[in-house]
Amino acid sequence: MLRLSNIKKSFVEPGGTKIGILDVPRFEMAKGEQMVLIGPSGCGKTTLLHVIAGIRRPDSGSVEVAGLDITQLPEAGCDRFRADNIGYVFQTFNLLPAFTALENVVLGMRFGRKNRDPSRARQLLDRVGLAYRMDHKPGTMSVGEQQRVALARALANLPRLLLADEPTANVDPANKNSIVNLLTETCREEEITLLVVTHDMVVSERFQRIDRLEEINLAATTAASVEHHALSASMASSVEGISE
Amino acid sequence: MKMSLGTIAFRSIKQRSLASGLTVLSMALGVMLVVAVLLIYGVVDHSFRSNSSLGYNMIVGAKGGKLQLVLNTVYHLSSPVENIPYSYYQEFLPQEKRGDGRYGKYSNFVKFAIPLCLGDYYEDYRVVATTPEMFDDFMYDLDYERKYEFAEGRNFKLRSKEHGFFEGVLGATVARKLGLKPGDTVAPSCGAVEGKIHAPFTIVGVLKPTGTPNDRAIFVNIEGFFLLDGHAKPIETEDAYEIEGEGGREDTVPTALTVEDDVSVEPSQESASTQDKAQVQSEERIHPHDRTEPLPIEQREVTAVLVRTASPFVVPGLKNNINEGVEAQAVMPIEEITGLFDTIVRQIQIVQLVTFSLICVVSGVSILVSIYNSMSERRREIAVMRALGADRGTVMLIVLVESILLALGGGLLGWTAGHLLVGAASPWIEANTGVSIGIFDFAPSEVLLIPSLIILAVLVGFLPARSAYKTDVGDALSSSP
Repeated sequence: MLRLSNIKKSFVEPGGTKIGILDVPRFEMAKGEQMVLIGPSGCGKTTLLHVIAGIRRPDSGSVEVAGLDITQLPEAGCDRFRADNIGYVFQTFNLLPAFTALENVVLGMRFGRKNRDPSRARQLLDRVGLAYRMDHKPGTMSVGEQQRVALARALANLPRLLLADEPTANVDPANKNSIVNLLTETCREEEITLLVVTHDMVVSERFQRIDRLEEINLAATTAASVEHHALSASMASSVEGISE
Repeated sequence: MKMSLGTIAFRSIKQRSLASGLTVLSMALGVMLVVAVLLIYGVVDHSFRSNSSLGYNMIVGAKGGKLQLVLNTVYHLSSPVENIPYSYYQEFLPQEKRGDGRYGKYSNFVKFAIPLCLGDYYEDYRVVATTPEMFDDFMYDLDYERKYEFAEGRNFKLRSKEHGFFEGVLGATVARKLGLKPGDTVAPSCGAVEGKIHAPFTIVGVLKPTGTPNDRAIFVNIEGFFLLDGHAKPIETEDAYEIEGEGGREDTVPTALTVEDDVSVEPSQESASTQDKAQVQSEERIHPHDRTEPLPIEQREVTAVLVRTASPFVVPGLKNNINEGVEAQAVMPIEEITGLFDTIVRQIQIVQLVTFSLICVVSGVSILVSIYNSMSERRREIAVMRALGADRGTVMLIVLVESILLALGGGLLGWTAGHLLVGAASPWIEANTGVSIGIFDFAPSEVLLIPSLIILAVLVGFLPARSAYKTDVGDALSSSP
């Protein structure tokens, strides 16, 4: 279902230094498989998901989803493929504040070529326990409710692959289990391949396959140290600012 | 539930309701001014140019400024013009109206000819002396076959038992503004607002509004007007008017003016031909109301004659014939009005349109600023839509639709406000210009408004749309919310 081969991705810092973020020789997932990738902050988890979703292009290598190398698609083709085949749950939910819960889910169907039945949006919200909140806007909802809406939106287009980036990072422990249950059960029922990235060990224990990102991403250490260095520099400048 | 691009764009507008509202308001103000100018000039243009709406197609008056003659006669504006002999007017009359057994020289070519005497005022309004047929038979709007109607009272008579030669009727605006009604009297001032006060005319009727400059005029019996002090042309011995060798004084047989009550008004041919100058001056000292006889033809003058030709085909020949003579000129009011409109009014309109269009462009720029400023805070929203599968073209289109919705919203609001503004100002415009404009009148150029606004919206929306197009999804999603 998902195969990454020789993926390399680097960023150029403002000073012109090139920093390697991803160096993934090989990574695979079978159809319907559910797994978790764990790793510390800054080791390239989000970048990896962006590359798999086609949001970012790798410098080299291939990303095959359902047998199609999306790195070879033109950008618009990649966007359409993502709309039809890949669901994405963001760490910060990224619900659009001007739209109700129902409209946010419907929006998930808007850009794909598949002609989805709009009633699926209601069914999904019902399934995540938010039937009574359909007409509410995200600003009036709790964090847990927002993440459930985000989950429903990611599933709206019946994707083949669901990517979840720290889906429980902002929810309380009580909602954490509920979110993970929803993710795993829904993906199992709809035969969706599920890849979750997290640094939360409690979440990772709920999956049979657990990979450490440092083990599959040879650039993980560099990426983490770059982030650590940047964080230290930022803190140092803050301290200097205070002392002045 | 469908989620169209329009819905997405509208939600974005609603999300920034204050900024969007101010932007729409700004656009609405610009459009309102443009609509008002288009509407006023559209109606004025139509009103000025509509040939048939005048009811006549030729004005005959003294040699001199053509435009001045038209402004005086049609719009009751500009300084007074010189007069032509009454006998010249008689050349447009058929045999039965002349009373001398002759046919008027031009009578075969005209459908009607109505004389006007101008030059007197009452308050700020022009006093127009004419014959009752102005309000009996004359259609002031041939398109809709509209004749003058009386809101109160009746038409004046050439001579009535009650008021003799001194009756008049009021235009609707004059009656409203001055609070005059039938039974009141109006004493014109001679030659200017502050001129010598003449003997009064009794108002016997008030006209219904016509939407023409005549609403702003006071019409009096031409026979009474002739008898006012200083209105009689002084007679010099042996200088009676001759019409191009057709007989002179012997031909100027008085017009038989038969009026109600069988009182015959017959200007005396003999009086003019036999009385000497001193005798005439002596008669002028008699109070006009005490005069029992109309003014002799030789002493009469008219300012203009409103002529409707029997056919449009006779116009060039008739016009040339009149203009080749020394006594008078014939002008085509529509030609003069169109010329005036194109050389002056049109230029003012263009300047105003350019000014107000610039206001619209500035309003358009405010749309640009409003959307462009929101782009930084919407960067993440755009990235989310891209992550959900929207391609660059789609997010660009959403921003353009947003720009178009703002422009159209402002346009619709401004269009409505423009019509309401003109509707509200309509009484004032009508009172001051004689041009009637209704709230539901439309200028033909208004149909260009919507396409123009869409083009403007696309132009000003392009920059923020390009910004949306170029949004880096990965960077936007990785940045802090």
